[in-house]
Amino acid sequence: MEKTAPANTGTPLIDMRNISIAFGGIRAVDDASVDLFPGEVMALLGHNGAGKSTLIKILSGAYKRDAGQIFVNGEEASIANPRDAKKYGIETIYQTLALADNVDAAANLFLGRELMTAWGTLDDVAMEAEARKVMGRLNPRFQRFKEPVVKLSGGQRQSVAIARAILFNARILIMDEPTAALGPQETAQVGELVKQLKSDGIGIFLISHDIHDVFELADRVCVMKNGQVVGTARTTDVTQDEVLGMIILGKCPPGAIPGPGALKIAA
Amino acid sequence: MTDTTSTSQADTARASELGAVARFLKATEIDTRMLGMVGALVVIWVGLHVLSGGLFLTPRNLWNLSVQTSAVAIMASGMVLVIVMRNIDLSVGSAEGVIGMVMGFAQVHFLVRFVGLELGNPWIWVLALAIGLALGLLIGAFQGFVIAYLEVPAFIVTLGGLLVWRGAAWWVTSGQTVAPLDATFQLMGGGPAGSIGATWSWAVGIVACLAVVFALFNGRRQRKRFRFPLRPIWAETLMGAVTCAIILGAVWVANSYPWPVGIVKRYAEANNITIPEGGLFIAHGIAIPVLMAVMVGIVMTFITNRTRFGRYVFAIGGNPEAANLAGINTRWVTMKVFMIMGVLATIAAAISSARLNSATNALGTLDELLVIAAAVIGGTSLAGGSGTVIGAMLGALLMQSLQSGMVLLGVDSPLQSIVVGAVLVIAVFLDTVYRKRV
Repeated sequence: MEKTAPANTGTPLIDMRNISIAFGGIRAVDDASVDLFPGEVMALLGHNGAGKSTLIKILSGAYKRDAGQIFVNGEEASIANPRDAKKYGIETIYQTLALADNVDAAANLFLGRELMTAWGTLDDVAMEAEARKVMGRLNPRFQRFKEPVVKLSGGQRQSVAIARAILFNARILIMDEPTAALGPQETAQVGELVKQLKSDGIGIFLISHDIHDVFELADRVCVMKNGQVVGTARTTDVTQDEVLGMIILGKCPPGAIPGPGALKIAA
Repeated sequence: MTDTTSTSQADTARASELGAVARFLKATEIDTRMLGMVGALVVIWVGLHVLSGGLFLTPRNLWNLSVQTSAVAIMASGMVLVIVMRNIDLSVGSAEGVIGMVMGFAQVHFLVRFVGLELGNPWIWVLALAIGLALGLLIGAFQGFVIAYLEVPAFIVTLGGLLVWRGAAWWVTSGQTVAPLDATFQLMGGGPAGSIGATWSWAVGIVACLAVVFALFNGRRQRKRFRFPLRPIWAETLMGAVTCAIILGAVWVANSYPWPVGIVKRYAEANNITIPEGGLFIAHGIAIPVLMAVMVGIVMTFITNRTRFGRYVFAIGGNPEAANLAGINTRWVTMKVFMIMGVLATIAAAISSARLNSATNALGTLDELLVIAAAVIGGTSLAGGSGTVIGAMLGALLMQSLQSGMVLLGVDSPLQSIVVGAVLVIAVFLDTVYRKRV
């Protein structure tokens, strides 16, 4: 399949510069820089504890950074909590699929931001109509609007979670292991979704362990090790083996731009 | 793909593939669980009627049953929200006790002796009830605060409350019973005076039927506006007809229960009416406590289904973490739920003390268990996240039917407890089986 990678010129959607955070004595993220352009999927790779989740939680407002700057559309952003992040159009889809299992898809889509009638009551009909519109875009086969989401399949739940994020005009989507709990068909479905979101100009940070997924979906990869960035590369410029080498050894291949965490080869 | 097949089953099911019963249920959108409970209620009623030799299904017994059910049904409607949020409130019976005592003390002693209102002043019941409501709100807010903000488990906080409020109830008058209560306040307990009579009962029934028809029409219009699938016309008509029949049937039963002869005689003397041959038939009509319970049911159903607050209660019950990430202030919602419970305990206290025409410090003893049982039998899941107000109120009716039926049969009270306890466990077991199958 041909990749239509964006040119990556102009202002990045997100530019995180020299981010550091320490928990106790451990530098979970150490001078890490990463950027994201509109319509691009940037995959963050690394071992458990490499710092990728922590870095992304700084962006989503769950953690507060010790040092560094975040630019959204070229302007410096102050993100101190999840509400701030939402204000900048940054939405997160959590690994645990944070959905209220017992209520239906429409209620989940609007949870915390319900549409109300003029009487101050819930406007369920309008919410369902809006939900049908959004879900129709993401997953046209989806029809089970009246059932509690616990009865949906993993892929359907995932599309509800994603719809929830894009319903509120997310421009930057953070997906933390979006396919971890899914079967092969559902994973394919999420892949379709990601491609569709890209074509809408949404920038996506994808955290994943699955290197095949990453090469399938991502335009660029950023590999982290011990809290530092090993290197950033276009998926077209490196092989899967080279990326594995980055993850395991911290060895930066010629096709990648090395970061501060790259293995210094003694000359 | 897996989801296409499941979709076609769920949404575009071909009618020919479904049996007649399933087709009927799908068209009317009746909850099978609710249908099961109504079925159980009918079986219990008919069974008790046969066993008691025709004493159970009489206007007199059904009318009394409705009054006895009111207090527990009112509290059960609030317990639904508490349990849906994965909490429990063991203190409602004791809270009911202390609030009843305070309201009794207020109307008989405080407002008369210290504030200086005359006995029988029409403001007395209003002020007494207002004091009770404030106290109920305060008790609920306090317990809710400790549970939500200080993070003490609800089980422990309300177990403490069970003891504390019962002790406080004794404290109000050092254990003395307060009686008789204010004449207007007493109307909340039912009885011949505390019922609205035949004419008004029919009026209420007809208004309720009109409201049902309006609600059906409105729902249909809304769905049409957004081109959602509609129920077939015959199903809508059937639902409306059955609901109206139940409402008018209940009114008819309430209107078939006459005042006792002695009270009719006194009433006739007071109003200079000559009693005709064969006695004068004056119907009770719907009792005021029953009307109060119905109103509470409607308000609570509205709160759970139509308001943002109700939606949050269910979302928190389904997944507290997700609700929190969605920006819901889960602590404040928790506290509000307990405040509602406190207010409902006040209404229940008013009804039960008015019915006894006295406030005793034993008022509401063990009511917490009846209330929880009613909610659980009515389909509220103890795991949180699901339950309906109407189900809990029907559950209260079912519990009360069993209890008063056993009294009619002359079952002695230890055996009554055994039966009620066993029924609760069996009901929850059946519910678990049901939930696994669906």
